[in-house]
Amino acid sequence: MKTQEIKVCVMRVGGTNCDAETARAFQELGAQAEIKHINELAKHNNLLDYNMLVFPGGFSFGDYVRSGVIFARSLNTKLGKQMKQFIDENRPILGICNGFQILVEYGLLPGFEGTSQYPEAALTTNVPQGFKCKWIYLKNENKGKCLFTNKIPQGKILKIPIAHGEGRFLFPVEKEKQLLQKLIDNDMLVFRYCDENGVPANGVYPTNPNGTYYDIAGICNKEGTIFGLMPHPERAMYWWQEPDWTNKTHMTQYGDGKIIFENIINHLKNP
Amino acid sequence: MASNIYMRSTVASNVLEVALAKAMDTDLIEVNNELALGLSFDEMKAVQAYFKSENRNPSDVELQTISQTWSEHCCHKTFRGKILFDGKEINSLFKTYIAKATKEINAPWCFSVFEDNAGIVKFDKGYGIAAKVETHNHPSAVEPFGGAATGVGGVIRDILGVWADPIACTDVLGFGPLDFDYNKLPTGVKHPKYVYRGVTAGISAYGNNMGIPTVNGAIYFDESYTGNVTVYCGCIGLLPLNKYAKNAKVGDYIVIAGGKTGRDGIHGVTFASAELTEKSEEVSRPAVQIADPIEEEKLKRAIIIIRDRQLASATTDLGGGGLSSGVGETAERYGCGVTVELSKVPLKYQGLAPWEIYISESQERQLFTIPPENLEAVLAIFEQEDVEATAIGQLTKERRLKLTYQNTTVANLDMNFLFNTYTTTKKATLELPTFTEPEFTEPTNLTQTLMQLLGTPNIASKESVVRTYDHEVKGNTTLKPFQGKYAGPNDAAVLKPLDNSWKGLAISCGMNPNYGKIDAYWMAASAIDEAIRNNLAVGGRRIALLDNFTWGNPEKTERLGSLVRACQACYNIAKAYRTPFISGKDSLYNESPMGPVTPTLLITAIGIVPDIRSTVSMELKAPENLLYILGNTYPELGGSEYYKLKGYLGANVPKLHMNKARKNYYNFTKAISNGLIKSCHDLSEGGLAVAAAEMAFASNIGMTLDLKAVPNKAITRNDFLLFSESNSRFLIEVSPKDRYDFEALMKTSCALIGEVTKTEKLQIHGLNDGLIVDAELSELRAAWKKTLSVEI
Repeated sequence: MKTQEIKVCVMRVGGTNCDAETARAFQELGAQAEIKHINELAKHNNLLDYNMLVFPGGFSFGDYVRSGVIFARSLNTKLGKQMKQFIDENRPILGICNGFQILVEYGLLPGFEGTSQYPEAALTTNVPQGFKCKWIYLKNENKGKCLFTNKIPQGKILKIPIAHGEGRFLFPVEKEKQLLQKLIDNDMLVFRYCDENGVPANGVYPTNPNGTYYDIAGICNKEGTIFGLMPHPERAMYWWQEPDWTNKTHMTQYGDGKIIFENIINHLKNP
Repeated sequence: MASNIYMRSTVASNVLEVALAKAMDTDLIEVNNELALGLSFDEMKAVQAYFKSENRNPSDVELQTISQTWSEHCCHKTFRGKILFDGKEINSLFKTYIAKATKEINAPWCFSVFEDNAGIVKFDKGYGIAAKVETHNHPSAVEPFGGAATGVGGVIRDILGVWADPIACTDVLGFGPLDFDYNKLPTGVKHPKYVYRGVTAGISAYGNNMGIPTVNGAIYFDESYTGNVTVYCGCIGLLPLNKYAKNAKVGDYIVIAGGKTGRDGIHGVTFASAELTEKSEEVSRPAVQIADPIEEEKLKRAIIIIRDRQLASATTDLGGGGLSSGVGETAERYGCGVTVELSKVPLKYQGLAPWEIYISESQERQLFTIPPENLEAVLAIFEQEDVEATAIGQLTKERRLKLTYQNTTVANLDMNFLFNTYTTTKKATLELPTFTEPEFTEPTNLTQTLMQLLGTPNIASKESVVRTYDHEVKGNTTLKPFQGKYAGPNDAAVLKPLDNSWKGLAISCGMNPNYGKIDAYWMAASAIDEAIRNNLAVGGRRIALLDNFTWGNPEKTERLGSLVRACQACYNIAKAYRTPFISGKDSLYNESPMGPVTPTLLITAIGIVPDIRSTVSMELKAPENLLYILGNTYPELGGSEYYKLKGYLGANVPKLHMNKARKNYYNFTKAISNGLIKSCHDLSEGGLAVAAAEMAFASNIGMTLDLKAVPNKAITRNDFLLFSESNSRFLIEVSPKDRYDFEALMKTSCALIGEVTKTEKLQIHGLNDGLIVDAELSELRAAWKKTLSVEI
């Protein structure tokens, strides 16, 4: 498939708010990205017209219950059948920030045994508590399973911003070690928070900005087709979005977030 | 209770008829109080006369409608009325000073000023920038979280009201000292800490949830804000100018969309136009609305689609006064009358009387006028976005405001009477208090003084609050609130609003309430200069201003006198700098059991950065670069943070030498265009020493300065040179290779006072050569970050 033939659906509901810049990132690289309200997709029954699906950041339905849960439930009600086919055909799905929360609530991530009926993990209130908007460092821990990062060298450090109040990834405490091992064994661990030299935060604030278990910032399913992360790569797409560009003598054209979008587009071009 | 005055209406059971015809003067006063109309006695007489001429009694719906329309909040009696001052009559402060400056400057890039919900200036590629700043002081005093959140929600709707897509928020807040003694807190006044937490959380909740970056602002602490919390909420929007539809006509439907209407926000405007008392909590709690940002997010989506498909003829937000001001003002603006069926308005719960429906200020509601042929398409758009929308009335040819409830007429007013508001005449006097300069010896350890100053609440880092605001959503914030590896404070935010243009938008603010304690004129002048200075510092130009006054009770002549002085400064300075005002708002009656608010003028500046690639940030870039100061330093420490630290107010408030400053600013901007400036920081609270420290610790690169080289007017003390807050000054970093070009351009306005070093220290040599400041950057930074960093 040619790049310009790739159709990306950026799905929104009331309270989604990072849709425009997420679509822009795909468009910048030549793909077609359309922002679609869930009601439109339900009305036209056309989710399967798209090669890829993105759940962008925001506060879907206000996140007044658990973050992402209402979106996940209404997605199941309104588009459940199409979603199942989309997933079964291994079409890629990306969830950023609130989108990650939606994927977890839908049971797609971690998805050790395929889509689970109940969430197998949680993205819960930050420790220290509160919304935080800042730039952090991520280390790529994936060995090549994840379709969104498989051309990024393992160990590569990316500088990308976060902006969330509920990004602490947790497994059920009695099983956390066992599930973490499974996550690593299946190559489902993708990004961990680290310092600028790539040393993992080891749970220490502020390098680990939210108290997340094992510094986890992003994971994928066991097929590597579904990927969720708390940081916002679409806010690190261009050089002028970076916080320190005024201090650089040599300008790069893009920011560190671009590689994630590029990676999945390359995969769709040459599956 | 004037019980014989009220009768159950014969036409509708939930409407009262008020027998004004037979009312005595004392009855009028009682009716005014009992229905909480907030009208003056003269106005009540005018109302009585009107209904006599109509040969009938008014309904409660009609009286409430008049009360809302005539309130200070809706028609700005003080700013638009007459004022006797200094033996002369000023016919409207607004026209005489604020609008006059804009009119005389006559900038061709002003698209719409003062006439709509927000001011609009031209931007690029057929787009315009809309800007509006509101105050939400009274609600935030009673309910900090809800008051601040609905303040943000309200100003965002103002931007939507001019068909613009909100792209950024700004918030400037004033609180009492966080360590205020609980025992000294009067009944009914909430502790500053509680207010601080609630207000900042409210702002963060609304902006973040709507996905609008909060990019600029300030937090200021002053004793007088203890009883009168000051909350300014601003919003900037982007709109294609050819889609700016304001052409409603007879026959168009009135459509209400968004949230449902409830009893929250009843009498908000009358509440806003009165002083706070210890009973405000009890009496006025219902005046504070309940915020639901997601409702507004959905509403915003629908509005942008309707705009782009050009399906509506006008829109306005439902804010202060609710439907009563939105419906009436829409009809008035387009020279129409209007009919509205109140029972069609979607309600949160049953049981609201018609007058409550009409004046409720429930949030997240917007009013539209829709040509009949487009109604169906518009309702379909709202439905797809899960937004409730209902046609509730129509614009009519007959110039009357007719309200029905279940088809029974409950109000029928002459539009000309309703909008021919009563002009008041107020008296103002000028009482400049006499202050003296303090006498104290220069501290022996100025390094320590600088540390203390960096830790004072007004200067200390606000990072712990600012990071709870999403300042990057939408991905267009190119200069962020904090700069450098160690997060120094930028002077302004820069956005890149359009994907196909390098043109940027610089957003900054200026506010110096402490100077207002000495002289409101120089307070206002300094606020304007500071806002402009901050904007220029990052590369902004072609600057438009917004004025927001927070003042005490204007019925008190000396309060009004200082307001007149501030307005005079607005005219003089804006005119000299050729920076027009495009929008503004006043909040008066900020008085509490603890006294009046310190007269506070917030100036917001919106500038254009011709190409964001030339944006200048504040952190030092490289060792061996040269450091210049622009402008003259005067012994002006009156109202300064330094005097405050020492326990004084002083008398010599910073003044403005605007002709000189204008020339300097012109050359400075040219130097930025020519790429000669590596970094630059505005000199404000804490003066030269604080600006130097911030520039150095932001990137952890040291500097050395020599005070002997600082151009000044008869200053013989190191501490005064370090901490004077004279206006119109910058500290500028220039590469040695650009030295000649820079000096040739700036001539004598700039002086070389030091250089960037390889050390991690700030070192300043005093007037007697000795090292008077010698500090590790890490220590300076720690002092700056500590005060507000911990969970308080």
